[in-house]
Amino acid sequence: MAKQNVVVVGGGLAGLAATMRLAEAGVHVDLISMVPVKRSHSVCAQGGINSVNAATRELGDSEHLHFDDTVYGGDFLQNQPPVKEMCDWGPRIIDLMDRLGVAFNRTSEGNRDQRRFGGTLFKRTAFAGATTGQQLLYALDEQCRRWEGDGLVDKFEYWEFLGPILDESGVCKGIVAQDMFQMTIRAFPADAVVMAHGGCGLVFGRSTMSMICTGGAAGRCFKAGARYANGEFIQVHPTAIPGTDKLRLMSESARGEGGRVWVPRKPQDTRDPLSIPASERYYFLEERYPEYGNLVPRDIATREIFDICVNHKLSVEEGQLCVYLDLTELNAATHKKLDGILEIYEKFQAVDPRVTPMKIFPAVHYTMGGLWVDYEKDAKTEGLVYGSPRNQQSDIPGMYIIGEADYQYHGGNRLGANSLLSCIFTGMFVAPCVENYMKSLQAGAADQPASLYDAEVGKHQQQFDDLIRNAGDENPYTIHAELGDTMTRNVTVVRYNKNIDESLAKIDELADRYKRISLSDKGNWTNQNLSFSRALGDMLELAKVIAMGARNRDECRGAHYKPDFDIPAPSADDASTLRKQAEAWCDRFAEKNSKFLKTTVAVYKPEGPELSYEDVETSTIPTRPRTYGLKGAEIIEEVWRARIASGTDKKPAAAKV
Amino acid sequence: MSKKFKVAIKRQDDPNGASRWERFEIENEKGMNITTALQRIAASPVTIDGKQSTPVAYDACCLEEVCGACSMLVNGSVRQACTALANTLLENKPDEITLEPMSKFPVVRDLVVDRSKMFNSLSRVHAWVPVDGYSDRGAGPRISQHQQEDSYPLTTCMTCGCCVESCPQFHPESDFIGPAAISQAVLFNEHPIGSFEADKRLEILTGNGGIADCGNAQNCVKVCPKNIPLTRSIAKAGRSATVFAIKQFFEK
Ligand SMILES: Cc1cc2nc3c(=O)[nH]c(=O)nc-3n(C[C@H](O)[C@H](O)[C@H](O)COP(=O)(O)OP(=O)(O)OC[C@H]3O[C@@H](n4cnc5c(N)ncnc54)[C@H](O)[C@@H]3O)c2cc1C
Ligand code: SF4
Ligand code: SF4
Ligand code: FES
Repeated sequence: MAKQNVVVVGGGLAGLAATMRLAEAGVHVDLISMVPVKRSHSVCAQGGINSVNAATRELGDSEHLHFDDTVYGGDFLQNQPPVKEMCDWGPRIIDLMDRLGVAFNRTSEGNRDQRRFGGTLFKRTAFAGATTGQQLLYALDEQCRRWEGDGLVDKFEYWEFLGPILDESGVCKGIVAQDMFQMTIRAFPADAVVMAHGGCGLVFGRSTMSMICTGGAAGRCFKAGARYANGEFIQVHPTAIPGTDKLRLMSESARGEGGRVWVPRKPQDTRDPLSIPASERYYFLEERYPEYGNLVPRDIATREIFDICVNHKLSVEEGQLCVYLDLTELNAATHKKLDGILEIYEKFQAVDPRVTPMKIFPAVHYTMGGLWVDYEKDAKTEGLVYGSPRNQQSDIPGMYIIGEADYQYHGGNRLGANSLLSCIFTGMFVAPCVENYMKSLQAGAADQPASLYDAEVGKHQQQFDDLIRNAGDENPYTIHAELGDTMTRNVTVVRYNKNIDESLAKIDELADRYKRISLSDKGNWTNQNLSFSRALGDMLELAKVIAMGARNRDECRGAHYKPDFDIPAPSADDASTLRKQAEAWCDRFAEKNSKFLKTTVAVYKPEGPELSYEDVETSTIPTRPRTYGLKGAEIIEEVWRARIASGTDKKPAAAKV
Repeated sequence: MSKKFKVAIKRQDDPNGASRWERFEIENEKGMNITTALQRIAASPVTIDGKQSTPVAYDACCLEEVCGACSMLVNGSVRQACTALANTLLENKPDEITLEPMSKFPVVRDLVVDRSKMFNSLSRVHAWVPVDGYSDRGAGPRISQHQQEDSYPLTTCMTCGCCVESCPQFHPESDFIGPAAISQAVLFNEHPIGSFEADKRLEILTGNGGIADCGNAQNCVKVCPKNIPLTRSIAKAGRSATVFAIKQFFEK
């Protein structure tokens, strides 16, 4: 068999980590990216990357606790073996990034410094100023450049992935991509393909994500037969700054370093915020969550902001979801650590957040869902079998999915600073899996008939020509704005079935109108209009997956919150009624888990996605209620612990009768 | 805040085409930046005289000045379009805002230019830490807080090209690697492990297109959006290049 070749699509943290590990093993990689890889969306990550470290270990922390925080934070929707494996790798990954020269902040002895992020009580987050993602990405970019010099990596930047190439038995044998300058379409034959295309924030119009995060690549894999899992789990970050083209993130590190969230107790108090005395400020997160304070997990912080602004009408700006994030009490040294993000605020708002509390708003931020991937559990470690060809493999044999593009690691809600970890981890970890997969191949890409590749190129060329020539009266940018609007309004923080139905109907209408779009640029050179319009078709497909998933899931879990299906907290004052209420609460909790502790899996059908449900592997850490700040948390936990001990936790209430 | 404003854009259809100016009128929005203005044009590419045109091609990704993609000449000065706020620009020059592609790189189309020369310079100066491999070998070297503070600013270089655009010594025909690459060479030469390849970098810095080409005009440092102390890097590079050249001379 000829020398093996892997195509990696995407040069964010995940794609670059995979590329460099494959190159190290002597495998040649064609690296495809819509933007120069150094400009990938990962540069935006500000806050940091999690792992257990020497300092947290002294306080009793362990890989197991990191694992526990991650699945608890994710509301138990993750298959546990991959998460366990990732947390075990955490310390090694940070060490490697350190060796690659990442300018992590230091302690006085020259060790790496760490800060605290949401959803944990430990300072697990290593950081490089307020530009951690940028620093990590550059370190990997530099290594890939090194391999490029050695001839093991060929970069194709400003090339757009159009779709996988499957042989007659459905095995992935390469991809088709288009040069975004010359517009030429060609095939990239490969023995295996690794997709690392990131998230799909643009489905929601504006988000904290970059312009390339369209979901275009995900939609194309989905249409080719890869299933999409947990689409409805979309993280809305509690703190962002609104903008006309993007919602810019104000990193959780601002709270990790001591920033406090509050609103004036008097609705829309017009006084200068600093002149409002402490007694007239409502530090609602600190009051409602004494243990975690400002660092509750993101879904909870976002919902509390929603509650304060909508139900209590305390928004700083009327009709919006706006609260103060106050850093004015922090000292100069702390401000310095946060310089990167404070500058962003200053640049876009023309206000200095060191002396004036920031006005912040929730914004769509992260896609927990993604293309479905397999794994192989190691019975001994309860993690993964190292190098198993099944790990990270999609439904399409030979096509692997890593980074934000996969669905595996964050369940119902991602903890801050866990994504950079999952991206680098999956990139590093997938390489030996891909190598072993390729070893098992009878025939390589080089053995495929040229007609296989020609046919696929021809198909995409035809679609391209059709889209260019499409004559209609619809404007793709208008359709995108309407899509973003309906998705943001109805399918984000608080979800009601009636509203989701409205969005589903709207998406259908938009998909219909999409057929009549007309491009204002019909040229054959650097046609960005074309690229965007093509991705819009994929966004509409993903929007359906997301909205249908949300519609069908009649429960609250992680970022997916439906008030109509929330279980009311025990509220009685006398102990015995309280106990009874807690028992009833746990019954409903068990019932809901038996129905909904399932991965949503969508499969593409021309007439619309079809959903089914898959069991979640939770055998290492038994499911337990997520009770951050819940009234009656203690008694619920007590009842639940007793049920776990007696093995009655898995049975729904009905089964007990 | 004016309700509408004018944008004049220097357009070019392809690398060999002639350039022309096109003017658009944009509805102003609170906090609007130049990348939004370009998005609004894309949605409705009709010029000020009612002529149906095409969306303006431009490069952008992060929209928050960390990816370096969107550098262009805004009112004649090089900067990122995503942090260029319309109202601030209009305060200084109310009649219209002008947008042009950077002049030191080949134009691909409209405001998109080809900056591969900058990335190639990074390869030339071996801008990486030469680690043995990626398996577990424990943590990296200890780094003092002082050194971290020194190197951190250099690591934020996003290869945006503003510095080379402003540099009189950098132009399409010159070999000069430019201030950004010099600064990266310094960054890695000062890293405890990066320094193991210091001589390779110094060879480039003392060779053709190296540090000697810098005329010390100091334009670069003034336009760097990340406030990277480029002239300090250049001075450091100059000193070690001199020492290196002398050493080479005696070792011959
Ligand atoms: C503002 C912000 C701050 C964040 N901060 C943190 C943080 O502090 N800690 C943390 O852990 N996480 C953070 N995150 C999340 C984290 O940054 C992302 O999840 C992560 O960077 C995703 O990396 P990735 O490698 O999966 O993909 P990306 O970095 O998104 O890269 C995607 C790549 O795919 C390419 N691509 C996409 N589509 C195509 C196509 N059709 N054809 C060819 N190429 C394509 C792109 O060119 C790009 O190279 C943050 C996210 C945001 C938005
Ligand atoms: S100091 Fe050197 S590198 Fe900087 S602008 Fe001047 S000539 Fe160019
Ligand atoms: S040194 Fe500054 S101006 Fe030059 S490329 Fe880097 S960030 Fe841009
Ligand atoms: S779009 Fe990234 S710097 Fe402007």
